Amino acid sequence: MSGIAEVTKGLWKENPTFRLLLGMCPTLATTTACDSAVGMGASAMFVLVASNVAVSALRNVIPDRMRLPCFIVLIATFVTIVDLCLNAFFHDIHKALGIFIPLIVVNCIILGRAEAFASKRGVWDSFLDGVGMGLGFTVGLLCLATIREVLGNGTWFGLPVTPEGYQILVFALPPGAFITLGFLIGAMNHVEERRKANG
Amino acid sequence: MGELSIVSILIASILTQNVIFARFLGTCPYLGVSKSLSTAFGMSAAVVFVMTLCTAITYPVYHLLLVPLQMEYMQTISFILVIAALVQVVEIVMKKTARGLYNALGIFLPLITTNCAVLGVALLNITEGLDFVQSLAFTVGIAVGFGLALSIFAGIREQLAVRHIPKVMQGAPIGLITAGILALAFMGFAGL
Repeated sequence: MSGIAEVTKGLWKENPTFRLLLGMCPTLATTTACDSAVGMGASAMFVLVASNVAVSALRNVIPDRMRLPCFIVLIATFVTIVDLCLNAFFHDIHKALGIFIPLIVVNCIILGRAEAFASKRGVWDSFLDGVGMGLGFTVGLLCLATIREVLGNGTWFGLPVTPEGYQILVFALPPGAFITLGFLIGAMNHVEERRKANG
Repeated sequence: MGELSIVSILIASILTQNVIFARFLGTCPYLGVSKSLSTAFGMSAAVVFVMTLCTAITYPVYHLLLVPLQMEYMQTISFILVIAALVQVVEIVMKKTARGLYNALGIFLPLITTNCAVLGVALLNITEGLDFVQSLAFTVGIAVGFGLALSIFAGIREQLAVRHIPKVMQGAPIGLITAGILALAFMGFAGL
C-alpha cells in the first residue's frame, strides 16, 4: 500500500469513529464544544503516532506472550506525557477534558492499532497509519462537535452562529451526543450503500 | 461522614450521574455485549465484582504508595497495571476455586481490562477526593448503574432485533439513538 493510501484509509474507509466504532467514550464525552474535541483528537493522535512508532520499533524485542502488558505500559507512558504537557501549556483544555485524558490509555483505537497494525509492520508504515487514524478520529470528533455546538449552544469554536434563543439545549447534553452520533453513522452507512450500488 | 452521605452517593452514582448516560464511561461494552439479556447480566456481575476489588486496591496504592513517594503523576500507569494484573489473578483464582462462577463470568473478564469505566472510577475516586468508604460506595453505585443501563438496553435491543428498521440504521445507529432516548429518561432523575 502506498503512503498516501495508508493515511487516507483512516479518514473514510476505516474511520475509527464512524466505521469501526472504536473509542466511543471520548467521542461522546468531549464533543460538547469544538475546542475540547480538537484537544482530545490532537492528544489521541499524538499518543497513537508515538505508540505506533514505539511498538513497531520494538516489535522484534517484545516477546509475543508479554506483548499486551508491554503495549499498555508504552501507551500509558505517552499518555502521561500528554497529560502533563496539556496541564502545563493548555490548562483550560486540560480542565475541560478532565478524566478523559488519562483514559486515552484504554481507548481501544490505540491498543487496537498497536495490536493489529504496528506490531506487524515497519516503523514508517506504522507512523503513517497513526497519522491517518489520528486524523480520522479528530475529524470524526470535529463533525460531531460542530453539530452539537452549533445546535446546542449556538456557537462554533466559541463564535456565535445562531441568534440568541434559537438553541436546542438537548444537543449540548448527554442524550444529544448519542442521538447525533447515531444519525451521523446512519448517514455514513447511507452514503456507503449508494456508492456500492453505483459500483 | 454519616450514613446519609453514603446513601446519597449511591443514588447519585446509580441514577442521576449514571456512568453511561451522564459520564460516558464504558460505552464500548455497552454497545458490544448488549445483544441479549443473559450476557448483559453476566457482564454486569463481572463488572461489579472487578470494579469493587479494583477500588479496594487502587485507593491504598495511591494514598499509601504514590502520595508518600510524591509520584502522583504515575497514577495512570500504576492503575492500569493494577487493573490488568487484577483481572488476570481473578480469572486464575476463579478458575481454580469457583468453577460455576468462572463458567458464568469467565469470558467477560478479559474484556474488563479495556473497559474504561474501571480505570475511570479508580481515577474519579482520587479526583473527587472521596475517603475509602465513600470510594467503595461510589464504586458499587457506578457498577450497579452500569449493570442497570446495560440490562435495560439489552432488553430493548432484543425487541429491536425483530422490528423492521431501515437497513442503514440497523445495529449501531439505532442502538445509539435508543441510548440517547434512555439518557433523556435518566435525566428525569436529576431532580432527586
